[in-house]
Amino acid sequence: MSKRTVHFKMYRYDPDRDEKPYMQDISVELEESDKKLLDALVRLKAKDDSLSFRRSCREGVCGSDAMNINGKNGLACLTDIDTLAQPVVLRPLPGLPVIRDLIVDMTQFFKQYHSIKPYLVNNTPPPDRERLQSPEEREELNGLYECILCACCSTSCPSFWWNPDKFVGPAGLLAAYRFLADTRDEATTERLDNLEDPYRLFRCHSIMNCVDVCPKSLNPTRAIGKIKDMMVSRAV
Amino acid sequence: MTVAKRTFDAVIVGAGGAGLRAALQLSEAGLKTAVLTKVFPTRSHTVAAQGGVAASLGNSTEDNWHWHMYDTVKGSDWLGDQDAIEFMCRKANEVVVELEHYGMPFDRTDNGKIYQRPFGGHSQNYGQSPVSRSCAAADRTGHAMLHALYQRNVRANTQFFVEWIALDLIRDQDGDVVGVTALELETGEVSIFHAKATIFATGGAGRIFHSSTNAFINTGDGVGMAARAGIPLEDMEFWQFHPTGVAGAGVLITEGVRGEGGILRNAAGERFMERYAPNLKDLASRDVVSRSMVTEINEGRGCGPDKDHVLLDITHLSPETIMKRLPGIREISIQFAGVDPIKAPIPVVPTCHYQMGGIPTNYKGQVVVPKDGEPNAPVVGFYAAGECACASVHGANRLGTNSLLDLLVFGKSAGESVVEDIQSGNLSLKPLPADAADASLARISRLENQTGGESVAEVGNAMRRTMQKHAGVFRFNTLLKEGVTAILDVAERSKRTEIKDKSKVWNTARMEALELDNLIEVAKATMVSAEARKESRGAHVRDDAPDTAEFPNGRNDNEWLKHTLWYREGNRLDYKPVTMKPLSHDVEPIALAKRTY
Repeated sequence: MSKRTVHFKMYRYDPDRDEKPYMQDISVELEESDKKLLDALVRLKAKDDSLSFRRSCREGVCGSDAMNINGKNGLACLTDIDTLAQPVVLRPLPGLPVIRDLIVDMTQFFKQYHSIKPYLVNNTPPPDRERLQSPEEREELNGLYECILCACCSTSCPSFWWNPDKFVGPAGLLAAYRFLADTRDEATTERLDNLEDPYRLFRCHSIMNCVDVCPKSLNPTRAIGKIKDMMVSRAV
Repeated sequence: MTVAKRTFDAVIVGAGGAGLRAALQLSEAGLKTAVLTKVFPTRSHTVAAQGGVAASLGNSTEDNWHWHMYDTVKGSDWLGDQDAIEFMCRKANEVVVELEHYGMPFDRTDNGKIYQRPFGGHSQNYGQSPVSRSCAAADRTGHAMLHALYQRNVRANTQFFVEWIALDLIRDQDGDVVGVTALELETGEVSIFHAKATIFATGGAGRIFHSSTNAFINTGDGVGMAARAGIPLEDMEFWQFHPTGVAGAGVLITEGVRGEGGILRNAAGERFMERYAPNLKDLASRDVVSRSMVTEINEGRGCGPDKDHVLLDITHLSPETIMKRLPGIREISIQFAGVDPIKAPIPVVPTCHYQMGGIPTNYKGQVVVPKDGEPNAPVVGFYAAGECACASVHGANRLGTNSLLDLLVFGKSAGESVVEDIQSGNLSLKPLPADAADASLARISRLENQTGGESVAEVGNAMRRTMQKHAGVFRFNTLLKEGVTAILDVAERSKRTEIKDKSKVWNTARMEALELDNLIEVAKATMVSAEARKESRGAHVRDDAPDTAEFPNGRNDNEWLKHTLWYREGNRLDYKPVTMKPLSHDVEPIALAKRTY
């Protein structure tokens, strides 16, 4: 197989050096074994070691290498390089402050995640063995617990862009429902109270960008709908 | 450069499973604790564990810790310390049930208990038949576990320093550990973390090999720091090659696939493991399966145009089982092998996966070194747990699901030891030496000023190729000898790596150069220890130590039933005895025997 060259338009910004961000035209020759966008980035970095991005597991479970790829958020390690239109336009995740190149400051994202109390609350003294849960009850957690906190969803959501400090965002709300749906959790009332607010939950307008970009094929919009249903049924 | 100083009761380096489990102990005891981590905690490599965590809960098949202990000792090819192994197997139910109480979403049996599946090398009744011992959350057990542990730490208000990379261990004139230096990636600033206790939970270094299931971040940072600070490294010749990495990509396919009924086949479609392990077949221990696969490939029965891999077949399982129990594997196969395992088998090849050796510890998580004739004298103020540590429970070969168990049990016990040692007044805040940060600053300044050197990528590639060629699944006397010279040469080159990026802010080039320093220590320790061990045992199998009547499987207990200790200073080896005596009188020592499956 002949060598392939990939052309990029790459967002570059080093606050130590650059007055403002710019788009750089840059290309790299791939080896045959290079299949994913991340492979190409690693090869680029071997040429220009100043190119900065986060990466770790390279198999889509750690959530490090989320970025905006040809206008759509995704994970570099799960994106096939050969299917991308060229030049591949790479930008940091939108809506969060850029630290350098493709690296964004995720403080606000994690602050929202932490705000929903992302841990099981059960104040009943535990038994010696496991708490029981039927396979059907456990199944309710499927599609919720698999979130990798990559932030592709929240940073594709217009409501989160406008109000990142007030709207929990799809990732945080998916996590909120993960605990509401867990039969072992005893904090349903507190969790719903915590979201009873014009912004925290109700800024979701079901635009569904989150569903469109989730690299794990999760559906935050559906989880948000279920929280809204729980709000309604406790109100009546 | 000014160096800020921060003071804590304890500093934990690493926020994977072991670090997070230790942190819980400390935070809940009210100790002032700093957890340093170079990635956000849920990005740590524990997240990639798939198949499960071992515990003899007996939810599906009868089980007890005695059988688990026997399997682990046998799996270790008798190089594991039996006191630590007894401790781990007896603690398994407690730490797994705790996780469930923390909220971990385990799969469930019909009666609501934690779901358990069979796994390689785990058996009922001392090797008789497979047992369901692996507690699983689908094939995403590590992800579910890491998130549950992180979430519990959020509840406990643990203080994290996220995206800080630890640089060097600080020891005082007595050799006691008084903290670490670390670099904040966002600012490039170096700080000293001064503490009564330091726990390393930095994970493995599988990135010394070219073909690895490991994440980019698995660069042996704790192991390298310990080596530079004069701590010997134990049993570094023992590396686990996981039988089923996706051919070409290296991405892990869990042994749980075989636990659910998956079968390995050669080019003729033959279930070849029946020939190598008539009893446990595809669920034999990992070293055994990996060698059998390589033998099939070497003898021309590999699959594909280059006959360079074998096939992992689950097409006979129902699509429902695959979707329910192995959904992540199906995604990985489609993504990285281009096959849907419901319809076609997955091309797989043995791939570097796990570091059995590491920083020597006892079962309490204390780091131990030879001192004044005592082979296991604790280093005051220093603890380690998880893959970076060598307790030693895995010996010459780790059983699947024992790694997640290791990090829970020893993360917790290291945490408990620190709490106890601080609360009892055994540990105090010793003064920092005047030169505490000098070594780290010298490394940074060397990189700042280096000219005319090679790139980190070039030297790193040379290291990975050398390790792959000279210290792989099968080892050869000549290749090992050449390998020692070759890796020492690469180590010299690593002293002159040059980075072009001089920015202070999020300088990943600098980070990778500092990580390479750690990888190189691990690579040297591995090659030198492997060359010296003139026997075959567990994952270390060499051509000049074949299976004979005198030395079954090539294992030579008369000369080599001992732990290797590699010292960086002088590139020197020492040895210490294996602990054959269990911790309690509840169990007899597991006597030496030939290992067959």
